[in-house]
Amino acid sequence: MNDMKTETGPAYSGYVLTWLVLLGLTAATVLVYHLHLGSAGAAAALAIASLKAGLILLFFMHLLREGPFLRAIFLLPVLLTGVIIGLTFLDVWYR
Amino acid sequence: MSRGQDTAGSRIGMWLFLFTEILLFGGLFMLYSVFRSKYAVEFHRAAEDLSRTAGTINTLVLLTSSLSMALAVAAIRRGKKNGSLIFQGLTILLGCVFLVIKYMEWSAKIGQGIYPDSPALLGLSHGEILFYGLYFVMTGLHGLHVVIGLWALIFMLASTLRGTISGARFVRLENSGLYWHFVDTVWVYLFPLFYLIT
Repeated sequence: MNDMKTETGPAYSGYVLTWLVLLGLTAATVLVYHLHLGSAGAAAALAIASLKAGLILLFFMHLLREGPFLRAIFLLPVLLTGVIIGLTFLDVWYR
Repeated sequence: MSRGQDTAGSRIGMWLFLFTEILLFGGLFMLYSVFRSKYAVEFHRAAEDLSRTAGTINTLVLLTSSLSMALAVAAIRRGKKNGSLIFQGLTILLGCVFLVIKYMEWSAKIGQGIYPDSPALLGLSHGEILFYGLYFVMTGLHGLHVVIGLWALIFMLASTLRGTISGARFVRLENSGLYWHFVDTVWVYLFPLFYLIT
C-alpha cells in the first residue's frame, strides 16, 4: 500500500484494504450480537461502529490527508454532540 | 488548483455543511440513547422484530458503495474518465439497491400494521412505540439523505460525461463523495443501534 502524498491521491489498493477491514468489522459486530453480552455488547457495538466511522473519515474522506486546521475543527461538532448527550444523561440520571 | 477554482475552499465548505449534519443526526441519537436507557427491555423486544438479514445486507451494500465512490474520485484524479464513470454508475446502482431493500423492510412493517400512529403500534408498550417512532424517523431521514446523495451523483455522472468534471476539475465529484461517505457513516451507527440490540 502506497501512502505517499502524490498528485493522484492515494492508491486504489489502499481503498480496497480499507473496505476489507470495514467488512471484517461488520462481521465482528454481528458476531458480538450473537454472543449476547448485555450492556458490554452494546458498548462493544458502539466501539466497533466508531472504529468503522473513523476508518471511513480518515481514508475514504481523506481526513488523514487534510491539513491540521480541518482536522482540528472537525473535533468541534463531534465533541459538541458528545457534551450535549453527556449533559442530557446527567439530567436523566440525577433528576 | 485549476483556473478560477478554490478547491481547498470548496472542500472546507462541504465539511462545514457536514458538521451541521452531524449535529442534526446528533440530536436524534441523543433522543435515541435517552429512551433506550429508559426502555432497554422494550427496545430489545422491538428490535428482535426487525430483519437483521436486511440490515446486514444493507450495511454491506453501503460500505461497498463507499468503496466505489472513493475509486470513482481516484480514477478521475488519474484522468481515467471511463473508469470513473463505471465506479460512479456502480455507486448509484448500489444506492438504489439500498433504497429498494429499505422499501421492502418498511413495506413489511407497514403490512403488519406498524407505522407511526397506527392502531397496532399504539397498542404496544410505551417503549416499543418510541422504538418504532425513532426507527421510522431516523432511517427515514437517513433514506432521504441517500436519495439526495443519489440525485447529486446523477448530476456528477452527467457532468463527467460532458467533461465538466475531469482530471483537472473534480472538486464537485470529491464533495459529492464526502456527502456520500457521511451518509454511509450515519448508517454505520444506525445498523447496530436498531438491528443489533441485546
